[in-house]
Amino acid sequence: MIPLVTGQAIAFWILGPLSIAAGAGMVFSRKPVHCALCLAGLMCCLAGLYASLDAPFLFVAQIIVYTGAVMMLFVFTMMMIGVDSVDEMVETIKGQRAATAIAVLGLAVLLVSAVGHGILTGSQGLAQANGQAGNVRSLAFLVFGRYVFAFEATAALLITAALAAMVLSHGEPLVGKERQRARLERRTKEFAATGADPGPLPSPGIYARHNSVDHPALLPDGAIADGSVIATLAARGAVIVDKGRLVAPTVRADQALADVHDEQHGILPGEAELSAAPGEAELSAVPGGPAKEITP
Amino acid sequence: MNPNAYIVLSSILFCLGLLGFLVRRNALVAFMSIELMLNAANLSFVTFANVHGNLDGQVAAFFVMVVAAAEVVVGLAIIMMIFRTRRSASVDDENLLRH
Repeated sequence: MIPLVTGQAIAFWILGPLSIAAGAGMVFSRKPVHCALCLAGLMCCLAGLYASLDAPFLFVAQIIVYTGAVMMLFVFTMMMIGVDSVDEMVETIKGQRAATAIAVLGLAVLLVSAVGHGILTGSQGLAQANGQAGNVRSLAFLVFGRYVFAFEATAALLITAALAAMVLSHGEPLVGKERQRARLERRTKEFAATGADPGPLPSPGIYARHNSVDHPALLPDGAIADGSVIATLAARGAVIVDKGRLVAPTVRADQALADVHDEQHGILPGEAELSAAPGEAELSAVPGGPAKEITP
Repeated sequence: MNPNAYIVLSSILFCLGLLGFLVRRNALVAFMSIELMLNAANLSFVTFANVHGNLDGQVAAFFVMVVAAAEVVVGLAIIMMIFRTRRSASVDDENLLRH
């Protein structure tokens, strides 16, 4: 008994409208990322349609080549050249859109009415063509047999394309990179001419409280060290320059120490040793008898 | 199932790709539309392979895929280079050859 609805028909009537919807979404959505997403969905739908047409090799190749490689390249390029650029809707050629719509509609009517009813016989199916070997092996026999010259030509084409992409995307730097020796000489010259510090700039962040690059370093006297935050961040206004906030914990700690100092009437544990003469403190810090022996 | 339905679907997808190519001004989207047209042609190749019962159509679709991959690589490199010099991905700004 012949089933009324085949698996092929189910696949077609699900994937066909989906692919048309994805294609329309690609053409009419204004953001390029949405276009790429719609196109990726469309590629997946087409892969399913290939599978429904007994082409398992093309099903896999479609997903790997298009959805994997080509769409990845598209999205990668999009990330580099303005992902948030929205298409402007100004017509550069007057009446181009209307003319295009009419022409495309005419072509669609022509194709659907002429070619779309051209197949009068039912499909023969690929059972005989695939034979015992299966789809992939049969395709391999064709590719490496009858079409081997076309296959070799595609190899040359791919190599040429890879070379072309490398040549096109390679940019010569306008100025050479400054090596270590040149930098040393420049800094020494600047030091001789203007007295600029030849050493490296102070690193940003405040020890043990912040280690983010938008917090300037503090000098021992509590002042903010110039050049500890890169100029780009400073120009963007992302730098915390409220000095009071930066030194507040240090001030608090000092205050706490002073309070304890007052409570203990000026005597803190260990303070006697600190305030004593350096040599004395060192000797009294040594535990046990030897200290007494040395200082009779 | 009637294979004409596949051909109609392929025609519609081809026309959508043509519409996108002619209307959209972003070079990347125009390029994607070309890919859509190539895929529509691929679908009809595979359909005709199924109808005629031989695998030549599938081989043709395979070669179209290979050529499309090479084309994408070169095309995107060109778009990148134009963007680097003109700071724009719109096809309307590429008018240097006109003058």
